[in-house]
Amino acid sequence: MERLDLSRLSVRELNQYLHHELPKNGVDEVEIVNPSGLHSIAAGLTVPVKIRVLGHAGYFLAGMNQRADVTVHGNVGWSVAENMMSGSVRVKGFASECAGASAHGGLLVVQGSASSRCGISMKGVDIVIGEDVGHMSAFMAQAGHLVVCGNAGASLGDSLYEAVLYVRGKIHSLGADAREEPMMEDDYRKVDELLRKAGIDYSSREFKRVASARSLYHWNAEAGQEY
Amino acid sequence: MNGKRTALEESALYNRHVLHYIHRAAEHGLYDIRGLGAKRAVPSFDDLVFLTASLSRYPLEGYREKCVTKTVLGTRFAKKPIELDIPITIAGMSFGALSANVKEALGRAASAMGTSTTTGDGGMTQEERSSSKTLVYQCLPSRYGFNPDDLRKADAIEVVVGQGAKPGGGGMLLGLKISERVAQMRTLPQGIDQRSACRHPDWVGPDDLTIKIAELREITDWQVPIYIKFGATRVRDDVKLAVKAGADVVVIDGMQGGTAATQQVFIEHAGIPTLPALRLAVEALDEMNVRGQVQLIISGGIRTGADVAKALAMGADAVSIGQSAMMALGCNSETYSKDGQQFDVSQEYEKLGTAPGFCHHCHTGLCPVGVTTQLPDLEQRLQPEWGARRLKNYLKTLNMELTTLARACGKSNVHHLEREDLVALTVEAAAMAKIPLAGTNWIPGESRT
Ligand code: SF4
Repeated sequence: MERLDLSRLSVRELNQYLHHELPKNGVDEVEIVNPSGLHSIAAGLTVPVKIRVLGHAGYFLAGMNQRADVTVHGNVGWSVAENMMSGSVRVKGFASECAGASAHGGLLVVQGSASSRCGISMKGVDIVIGEDVGHMSAFMAQAGHLVVCGNAGASLGDSLYEAVLYVRGKIHSLGADAREEPMMEDDYRKVDELLRKAGIDYSSREFKRVASARSLYHWNAEAGQEY
Repeated sequence: MNGKRTALEESALYNRHVLHYIHRAAEHGLYDIRGLGAKRAVPSFDDLVFLTASLSRYPLEGYREKCVTKTVLGTRFAKKPIELDIPITIAGMSFGALSANVKEALGRAASAMGTSTTTGDGGMTQEERSSSKTLVYQCLPSRYGFNPDDLRKADAIEVVVGQGAKPGGGGMLLGLKISERVAQMRTLPQGIDQRSACRHPDWVGPDDLTIKIAELREITDWQVPIYIKFGATRVRDDVKLAVKAGADVVVIDGMQGGTAATQQVFIEHAGIPTLPALRLAVEALDEMNVRGQVQLIISGGIRTGADVAKALAMGADAVSIGQSAMMALGCNSETYSKDGQQFDVSQEYEKLGTAPGFCHHCHTGLCPVGVTTQLPDLEQRLQPEWGARRLKNYLKTLNMELTTLARACGKSNVHHLEREDLVALTVEAAAMAKIPLAGTNWIPGESRT
């Protein structure tokens, strides 16, 4: 286990080490202390390493992550795990806006709440939020799953493509082309699986499913679409 | 003729063009979508001319004396700035909008001429990476196909805030072009009418952009230059914000810039022409004292070597071409060429409701000459080797025209062309470019001393 102190290293030095030295020296666990809200901590990882961040991080924590498992014992700023491809990012506290934005794969877990636009443009990632999400979450979400254990803010799933959303609490309002659909056995299985992976203990039976009505997939003047 | 009919008088306000628009809107209840750029006349580089050498300046000999065209971009923060042999680059155009053959042709021609080409909305294809010596990877609002592996393969990164054809709007790709491969690259259902986002998903505003750029640099180890591209609207402010956000290179796309598909109302009514956009950008860099440190690329209606020379004289470090590169590949031509034979496709233009010379139907995916299509039959009409040869010839011509003008102005390096080498032919161009009206020392809006 290696301990790296961001009060002594710059983020640039830290990331250079994680990108170039770590894959060579076989260390498989890293602890990062004094993150102090700094941005781009552990961005661009490519190796299957376990990273613990002790404290609060700023924007783009573990941005574009590939294969690494990153856990933050604190809160994170905007766009945690943006464009993640694989691996996992777990936030023990809360996340600010755009959590998991445009992520293609992997698992993002936020134990607290995530602010607005959580899962925006998501392209295959699975996201589990322990509490609430803010407005415009899953906007233009293309693929993957968003599980919200609390409430969802206004315009959930606006302009959804093929991503599927599951919400346990209240939905303030649905966005354009998003609709509630009955839960099927596959949905219950998926929610159970994701809750288990997230380490969050709820029954899938309490969740609702939201998916695209697909009425915006094609231009249609008669439908009064506002493009 | 019965002799009783009164003379036909067309309304300037409600001319046939406007009537057609009103009738179409009334019939369909949807706005027009089309490709290419603004068609209306706006002040342009055509409204400037060079004051080449005579007695007060010495020209250089055209065939014997060298005129340097080498262009270096991204010298501010990147460890590996881009070195190009010519100051003419190929603009971002997506695989999806263009066929894979066309992307390959662009890459081959650009590489042969020692310049760069650029990906587009939809990600990087293997064909374009392997055919392009210098490839700029775009980071767009949609993030279709965006991934860190391709990011690390890029020679530069271009964060696209907007483009000249639709500043403030998102991309579009209609269903016929969302082929299986395009759909898979973009994580979209095949055949849908795709509307891209107009804002980036993970940052909003210039302060966030600073942090985003730092993230991109962290992921690419501060190796490659980062460009910021936007459509020309509030250019002075935007250039300053881009510089402050940490751009190595600023790319400005004037309103004449093209697109594969967007609302006609955007193309003709949003943004300012390339001419004033360039002047404003240069002033902004000067005011921040970063000329030479942050490079400037201008695009939007660059067609000739004269356009390139004028852009450089006004202060651009390089230009970018999109539409004219497509035209070099046969866009709006009556024929396409295969195995040495010419095939007339006038009737196919007619089926699209247009004709060679008037076409802007890239959005349909039914390009008669195989440039903007995903249909295998049509795509075959543009063979990469043939296209690469044509585009290489075109780029060569532009570069020769550029150096011809530079030598005639007495410059041994095209980057030494200067504003003082230019005069304007119209009051509008003089005002927009802040170049004196020919035969006077008058620049409208400037006090005469
Ligand atoms: S010829 Fe092809 S590329 Fe050119 S405007 Fe028409 S459809 Fe577009």
